[in-house]
Amino acid sequence: MKKIIFYLLILNLLSLNSVMSQNFSQLEIKIFKNIRCLVCQGQSIADSNSDFAQTIKSVVSDKISQGKNEKEIYNFLSSKYGDWIVYKPSLNIPNLMLWVIPYLFVIFGVMFFLKNLRKKRQNK
Amino acid sequence: MSKINFTAYFILLLIIFVFMIFFFGLKNNQKYDTRDNVGKQISEFELTSVKSNNILTKSDLDKSNFKLFNFWASWCPPCKDEHPFLMKLNKIDKLKIYGINFKDDTKSAKKFLVNLGDPYDHLLLDETGKSSVDFGIYGIPESILIDKNLIIIKRYIGPINNKDYEEINSLVTK
Repeated sequence: MKKIIFYLLILNLLSLNSVMSQNFSQLEIKIFKNIRCLVCQGQSIADSNSDFAQTIKSVVSDKISQGKNEKEIYNFLSSKYGDWIVYKPSLNIPNLMLWVIPYLFVIFGVMFFLKNLRKKRQNK
Repeated sequence: MSKINFTAYFILLLIIFVFMIFFFGLKNNQKYDTRDNVGKQISEFELTSVKSNNILTKSDLDKSNFKLFNFWASWCPPCKDEHPFLMKLNKIDKLKIYGINFKDDTKSAKKFLVNLGDPYDHLLLDETGKSSVDFGIYGIPESILIDKNLIIIKRYIGPINNKDYEEINSLVTK
């Protein structure tokens, strides 16, 4: 049993995420995790070793070394592949409802909860 | 505001919220699609010419003809499938074909063209695949048809077939 656990541990270490095995900065890893691998099934480029993921990682690293910030990199990739490539939707007019409505919903929910609570206390 | 009124407003808001999510969510394109690129001018790029070894940029493109940018590699089997159609497209006077050899070995690429024929007016290299990102390429073969003003008319993902050939021919010669 101990042997099996040992081999499993070794296997686990060997199959460490591709991103961890290379020397990427924290910013690079953060951006990789937020970019969708377009040729994979539900994976970010951080999780993928596909040809596409490798190329985009390399482009992102180049952009960072050129002094581009995170937002500029997302904008660049969105302009080439559409908003779909970025996991976190950008805050723009078409996406505004998706950003604002959940907050409104929470605010109204809290108001509803507090109002009910107050009523219950008054009834007691 | 009575409790019933407040609850009614809350439920109404919930319904509107769910409706909005579906309305905007279903309108969102959930796949990589190139429709957004059509009608836009191609981006700046830098690619090495195989013949002259010079760097070709967007400003070097001649504005007298339609252009087809074809991304290909000798290791890509679907590129072989589309090759006869590219050879046919090469015969159209108003169309210049730019072959962008993607992440390939130049020797193998040249051998590929010797064996199957060279449909390209200009052969360019993208050894790392990074320049192809400027064109929004995510796999090969992929082709971009550009008009005289360098505006993207159509993108073809996957190998060009006879239907695509007919379409390109009619778009260019009309």
